Amino acid sequence: MAAYIIRRLFAAVLLLLVVSAVTFAIFFLVPRIAGQTVDQLAAQYVGKDANRDSIAAVKQNLGLDQPLYEQYWHFVKAIVAGADYKFGPDASHCSAPCFGYSFKSHVEVWPQLTSRIPVTLSLAVGAAVIWLVSGVAVGVLSALKRGSFFDRFFMGVALAGVSLPIFFTGMLALSVLTVQWPVWGDGINYVSFTDDPGQWAWNLLVPWCSLAFLYSALYARLTRAGMLETMSEDYIRTARAKGLKERTVVAKHGLRSALTPIVTIFGMDFGLLLGGAVITEQVFSFKGIGEYAVKGIQDNDLPIVMGVTLVAAFFIVVCNLLVDLVYAAIDPRVRYS
Amino acid sequence: MIRGDLPSTAPLHPPTKGASLKVKTRKATAVLATAVVLALGASACSSKSDSGKGGGGGAKDAVTDAALTSIVNKSDKKGGTASYEVSDVPDSLDPGNTYYGWVQNFSRLYGRSLTSFKPAAGKEGLEVVPDLAESLGKPSPDAKTWTYKLRAGVKFEDGTTVTSKDVKYAVERSNFAPEALSNGPTYFKAHLEGGDKYQGPYKDKSPEGIKSIETPDDQTIVFHLKDPFADFDYLATFSQTSPVPQKADKGADYVKHIVATGPYKFASYEDGKGATLERNPQWDPKTDPIRKALPDKITIKFKILQRTVDNNLLNNSLTVDAAGTGVAPETQPKVLEGKYKKQTDSPYAGALSYVGLNVHVKPFDNIHCRKAVQWGIDKVSVQQAQGGSPKGDVASTMLPPTVNGYAKFDLYPTQNSAGDIDKAKDELKQCGQPNGFETTLTARSDRPAEMAMATAVQASMKKIGINANIKTFPTGKYFTNFVGVPDYVHSHNLGMIMTAWGADWPTGFGFLDQIVNGSAIKPSGGNNVQELDDPQINKALNDAIANTDATARAKAWGDIDKLVLENASAVPLIYRKNLLFRPENAANVTVTQAYLGMYDYLLMSSSK
Repeated sequence: MAAYIIRRLFAAVLLLLVVSAVTFAIFFLVPRIAGQTVDQLAAQYVGKDANRDSIAAVKQNLGLDQPLYEQYWHFVKAIVAGADYKFGPDASHCSAPCFGYSFKSHVEVWPQLTSRIPVTLSLAVGAAVIWLVSGVAVGVLSALKRGSFFDRFFMGVALAGVSLPIFFTGMLALSVLTVQWPVWGDGINYVSFTDDPGQWAWNLLVPWCSLAFLYSALYARLTRAGMLETMSEDYIRTARAKGLKERTVVAKHGLRSALTPIVTIFGMDFGLLLGGAVITEQVFSFKGIGEYAVKGIQDNDLPIVMGVTLVAAFFIVVCNLLVDLVYAAIDPRVRYS
Repeated sequence: MIRGDLPSTAPLHPPTKGASLKVKTRKATAVLATAVVLALGASACSSKSDSGKGGGGGAKDAVTDAALTSIVNKSDKKGGTASYEVSDVPDSLDPGNTYYGWVQNFSRLYGRSLTSFKPAAGKEGLEVVPDLAESLGKPSPDAKTWTYKLRAGVKFEDGTTVTSKDVKYAVERSNFAPEALSNGPTYFKAHLEGGDKYQGPYKDKSPEGIKSIETPDDQTIVFHLKDPFADFDYLATFSQTSPVPQKADKGADYVKHIVATGPYKFASYEDGKGATLERNPQWDPKTDPIRKALPDKITIKFKILQRTVDNNLLNNSLTVDAAGTGVAPETQPKVLEGKYKKQTDSPYAGALSYVGLNVHVKPFDNIHCRKAVQWGIDKVSVQQAQGGSPKGDVASTMLPPTVNGYAKFDLYPTQNSAGDIDKAKDELKQCGQPNGFETTLTARSDRPAEMAMATAVQASMKKIGINANIKTFPTGKYFTNFVGVPDYVHSHNLGMIMTAWGADWPTGFGFLDQIVNGSAIKPSGGNNVQELDDPQINKALNDAIANTDATARAKAWGDIDKLVLENASAVPLIYRKNLLFRPENAANVTVTQAYLGMYDYLLMSSSK
């Protein structure tokens, strides 16, 4: 087991290195191949007010005129050891881990990211709990009562959930609940958990439900399909023949193996969500990682986009690692050798 | 120095730069249709619903457009929190690194510039008054030297006394250090003697700094200009003259720790998210006749979805939409109807949409062909296309009504502004083109309102036999690569150019100089798209800006406006308007014409 974890950890680190290299290449190598000069590349980092001085400053700060391998080395070194950027009267130190420095707003990307992670995390965790519980429960019950009114009704709702995008349900919930019937009369604003846990949950309730609606629909359908398949397996019949209680048969034998694909999907979904619940954060104006990514893209602020990409990749890799470990607990067929 | 493209929230000149207009007018036509239907439906029962709910709180005196001419919901009550939200991020809250109109307005809460605009209703709001200075600037007779005396006893938030050197330093860093602070305008650099040579305070470490700004003592500051410039008091209203202590300046990082001189200081600032302002105990009301500073606290949040900002205004949980360009198109029908209507204001945005007729592109080199267009355009159809009367009024002059020097006239009056086909055809005959001609009409592809207007213009032209083919370009490169490049315009036969303009400061010169002065024609990035280079107009502009008599100057702007329209090379279409909403909790609400028709943030307080 320990050896397995170490192996997987090692692979994860390697994967992150590859991701960083690819990201680096996309941002620094591809534009050069496409024929951009160093000055044009630097000008993109400055933005619309690019002038000779500001371009020169970026070029020097990023070392854009150095060979590529050296640039990549600086890039990785900055993440590990930090870097200095010099503008105006003082140098700003971008301390490790330095995931880039926005030359447009003159801020380090990493503190911005860390200040936004709690928002995205709150959103993702709460929504995940709701969608897992409701999605799996509905899925199991639907499978067991296949063809019943319950099954048809909830599968209909699930279809609606999958079909309605969050910018529709979220916006609708917002205008109904903040203006029409102002249950949230002061609007929905993110409140930090450490400031006021009650307000935190209260304000997150609508975003959680909007986000969970989409996912739980998907999970209900997946669980239902998995359960239907498992429950028709031979070993279920054997279990029943042994005289086990139906509850034991469903929970211990049926659900356990039906859950395996759900956990896989969940790992990916959750990892992706931690990299930024882009639309939900936009709709509710939450300052999470997704909102940051959109801001970066809108302002053409490349270091932000790059930072978010790396962090999102990190979350996905970590979540997948966790999924691999969870397999052991739920699926006896998995062996770590 | 006008920047060609711009950020998305209202900068000093919104239509040329403000993508906000672009976002907000997308569905304008459809929304307007809905609005009309709803308004008609609502009118039947409006008398009832109006007397019912909605008049609660302090908004009893509120009627539609009340804030255009009066201060709505007047209050002297101290305390409470005024909350601001904005759908975008500011270019910077650093007074020395911003071009946005709303930041200029907002920054007066924490920074005091040499002069400012009077916080007052209606026309009075255009008046320049001394702020950090004890009186307006004292010009030399040739308007090339300007002297200001600072008020005694003004302090920074840390208790140190503000000196003229801090003002000088603020001007130096904001105008001469593009490597770190590149957002703001550079009028001081353009007009100061030796401004083209000075390297800025970060590179030039000499203790005396730029020589053309003198500080003979701690209270006095003298600006030496290379040309006469009688509008200098307007330049002094820019947040760039609010003092910055050199030892606290960290270049672009200064925005994180701005040192306040106004009634508020920063309690917190988070990049991309917002800021909280609290009272600055070092601010002495005795030194400050223009600020009442009623709220105890001011909060501002960035990047809130426009729909959410609107919702928060409607449910009364927010005090003001800081961008000041009005509600989203989706919200328009809701506020133009029933109980919300009396809480709306539709002020002029200080900007004009117009068509430039390039005098070097045939046949517009002939004045009669230009006049044919002047007579031929159905301006009402253009007004409808851009979103109807809540978003703009039909224009007959270059200067919008809220610019100092505006004179009302119409050289090409037609019935209901619907165009006069006979007169247009008559001009075409005199031009030697009785059967009309073919030309190109340009517009910005990512500005739906402008595209809609271009289509309406095209339809008008068709009626008089002019076949205008619409050609579109992206906003970001419109002036730098296409319509602002004379060579490109000539070689591609771009006869009719749709554009819009708002002034960096609200005077005839601030508005006209960059769009009608021959000296504003540049190889690239110019805004004089007509390539108008009329010696009489150029001279009139240069003479007037050298005239220190404000009344004579104001009259001159109207006369120049008339000259431009006699030349017929620019066809004014629409004076643009914002559709603003004032929630019930907002007190002391009035529109300031000086800042592009948004509310005056110095006055504003909240009952919350």
